[in-house]
Amino acid sequence: MSTPVPRNKVAQWIEYRLPVFSWMNHNLTDFPEPKNLNYWWNFGSLAGIMLVWQIVTGIVLAMHYTPHVDMAFDSVERIMREVEWGWLMRYAHMNGGSMFFAVVYIHIFRGLYYGSYKSPREILWWLGIVLLFLMMGAAFTGYVLPWGQMSFWAATVITNLFSAIPWIGGGVVEWLWGGFGVDNPLLNRFYALHYLLPFIIVGVVILHIWALHHRRSNNPLGIDIKSAKDTIPFHPYYTIRDMFGMGAMLFVLFVFVFFVPNMLGETINYVEANPLQTPSHIVPEWYFLPYYAILRAIPDKLGGVIAMLVSILVLFILPWLDTSKVRSARFRPIYKQLFWVFLADCIVLGWVGAQPAEGVYIVISRICTAYYFAHFLIIMPILGKLERPRPLPESIHEAVLKKRGPAQPAAAMEKH
Amino acid sequence: MAETSHQHGVPGAPPSGETRRDFLILTAGAMGAIATIAVVWPLLETMNPAADTLALSSTEVDLSAIEVGQSVTVVWRNKPVFVRRRTQEEIDAARAVSLDDLGDKQTDEERAPKPEWLVLVGVCTHLGCIPLGTKKGDPRGDFGGWFCPCHGSHYDTSGRIRKGPAPKNLEVPAYQFVSDTLVKIG
Amino acid sequence: MRRLIAAASAALVLGLAGLTPAAFAATEGGALPHTDFPHVGIFGKYDQPALKRGLQVYREVCAACHGLKYIAFRNLVALGLGNDEAKAIAEGYQIPDGPNDEGEMFERPGRLSDHFPNPFANEKAARASNNGANPPDLSLVTKGRDGHEGYIYAILTGYEEPPADFALGEGMAYNKYFPGHQIAMPPPLSDGQVTYEDGTEASVANMAHDVVTFMAWAAEPELEERKAVGLKVLIFIGLLTAVLYAINVRVWSRVT
Repeated sequence: MSTPVPRNKVAQWIEYRLPVFSWMNHNLTDFPEPKNLNYWWNFGSLAGIMLVWQIVTGIVLAMHYTPHVDMAFDSVERIMREVEWGWLMRYAHMNGGSMFFAVVYIHIFRGLYYGSYKSPREILWWLGIVLLFLMMGAAFTGYVLPWGQMSFWAATVITNLFSAIPWIGGGVVEWLWGGFGVDNPLLNRFYALHYLLPFIIVGVVILHIWALHHRRSNNPLGIDIKSAKDTIPFHPYYTIRDMFGMGAMLFVLFVFVFFVPNMLGETINYVEANPLQTPSHIVPEWYFLPYYAILRAIPDKLGGVIAMLVSILVLFILPWLDTSKVRSARFRPIYKQLFWVFLADCIVLGWVGAQPAEGVYIVISRICTAYYFAHFLIIMPILGKLERPRPLPESIHEAVLKKRGPAQPAAAMEKH
Repeated sequence: MAETSHQHGVPGAPPSGETRRDFLILTAGAMGAIATIAVVWPLLETMNPAADTLALSSTEVDLSAIEVGQSVTVVWRNKPVFVRRRTQEEIDAARAVSLDDLGDKQTDEERAPKPEWLVLVGVCTHLGCIPLGTKKGDPRGDFGGWFCPCHGSHYDTSGRIRKGPAPKNLEVPAYQFVSDTLVKIG
Repeated sequence: MRRLIAAASAALVLGLAGLTPAAFAATEGGALPHTDFPHVGIFGKYDQPALKRGLQVYREVCAACHGLKYIAFRNLVALGLGNDEAKAIAEGYQIPDGPNDEGEMFERPGRLSDHFPNPFANEKAARASNNGANPPDLSLVTKGRDGHEGYIYAILTGYEEPPADFALGEGMAYNKYFPGHQIAMPPPLSDGQVTYEDGTEASVANMAHDVVTFMAWAAEPELEERKAVGLKVLIFIGLLTAVLYAINVRVWSRVT
């Protein structure tokens, strides 16, 4: 990899004082990536694109939104009706949130499948979990802002989770509210936080990428890069692939934005918040449903809150719970199956989270919650010891050659 | 970015450009440029005055309570509008001025079709301050009209700039008399 | 790549199936009688004549108790009314304004920039004259109720004699589709209640269809523009993605 000196005089002048060109060259253009990454590796950069998307549309919305209980709902409707392209910005932001979570969840499950959390990428993984928490905070504070019925009652229910803290819970909740209930002080501070959190996310993303570039990307084989033969430069190979991925992602996003903009939202949120009447069916947005199912599966208030928190916190110790010496599920015949079982478990949790908390749904949610924790706390440690992984290839380069190899004789035979 | 890429660092890259790919890259580049404009344009357009803001474009003023020599200030599009019922001396002074003495050449007949009533947007054409001269006891400047305290612009009894940094006369908004005592601005 | 698409679409289908708990659930009175409004669907547009008739039904019937606060008279131009017609409608309403120079509040005829006024001064006044119920503002009802247009239509046409053993409250009406079946709104529509200029029969079914179409427009005035822009955007981004994919394939064919 060469470190090109910029030919342009102005660029040289800048480069001498602040080496932006060689920095960009190192991190974006020539950065060596494993040459066997598959399309599941697109989702990290797609998440970055969604973050920018949300910040840009969000700033535009903030220019028109009024964070006051008497005006918030009206100001959102004014954006929808009176502001030029306001409906587009609002729907793009609303559905953009869902797209952001969808992309990030795929990114996380890719990491789980290919063992991207394992040494030496633990801190990279931790930063990712921190990002997930920050995103959840941004999503929740943002959901409250339109001040519809579901905004109000989501704020009420979620802030009341803190009342589960022994002794000081009640005081903490009043502190969060800035009053004796969900009201204007809460709306104001949520607006402030909703504007702040994305920029904290940007900061942590920078650390996340720093860690990534320090220890390099994992790859579908889960083996380390051994020589330059194993890599290709980021540009043009992954820039073009990421641009293609962005096009495909935006296509899906635009289907929602333009044709079914309210499908993922709750109907009742188009009724202005009414502190005296709870909607008959309270559900969070789809991306929170699995946690919500875990919360409701535990019959104890404090226990439910703890279980919900631990369901994400457990990811922090996953690098040590997974005792396998092999990273990628490709070479772990049993884990490969159990990964899909775990994914199915999460989807069922999401589904049951949307159902009323009664009868058979409670039973299902308890079984799935138990399995969720068992997967991390029991299966992962034991499986790593018992499972016999399949032999790993010598190097990325050889594995790629082998895969491509048989194609050439076959093509040659066709000629005869 | 795209064109510098395959010239270095790519193992086994074919040395000659391929026309198909060049065509594809040109197409993608052009479409990408269009897409960027199509994204940026609506983002900027959101900052235009919204439909409800544009709709609030007229104000009605009841003139019956204004006595000769008196002025009132009303609000139109978030800006003050001065309505002055001029005395005969003020009208005569305004009409006697030769166009040669004016920086922004407008006759008083153009500016006040009904000579008794002068309607002006009360925003100094220099940098947007509100000139004095409407309230009793306000300084009216050297020409008996309005005086802008920010940078010392003097306007005459027709609201025309006579002295100071302002480049233009005080703007006359579009207005019409609905009746003898009711004027609609905007 | 194909596997990825298959997996993604499977996830999407699974996700969607699990995520719409209420949308597909049957409402209390069974299946909704009329849901296929012409503006529903990917290319759907508002039924323009119905919009105009719906405005008439709203003004002559609903407006006695229901506000429409997010619609200004100037918006009516989108229904195909001329500026003067919209102005005439506006002037038919008295809009509270003030204070005037004496400090008094007063009422004046509406202007194009005014919004439809609420028939009641405040919520308490509304409840006092409506048997304790607060007639909801109609600007967002089709968007803010499960079942959407179909549900509103069902309510308007779902009045029946209560079953013999049903204990109906004082001043309440029985409605097949209303949760709990007791509704404070008396049957609002009856055959021939309005006289349509275009000769359409003013049956309850027609009036309900028209006024629900009108309410759908009031809730989503951007709908037609949104779909039209969306189609262009999707075609464009689809083509761009295809071109990027072609470049992607070419670039990657060099990797050995």
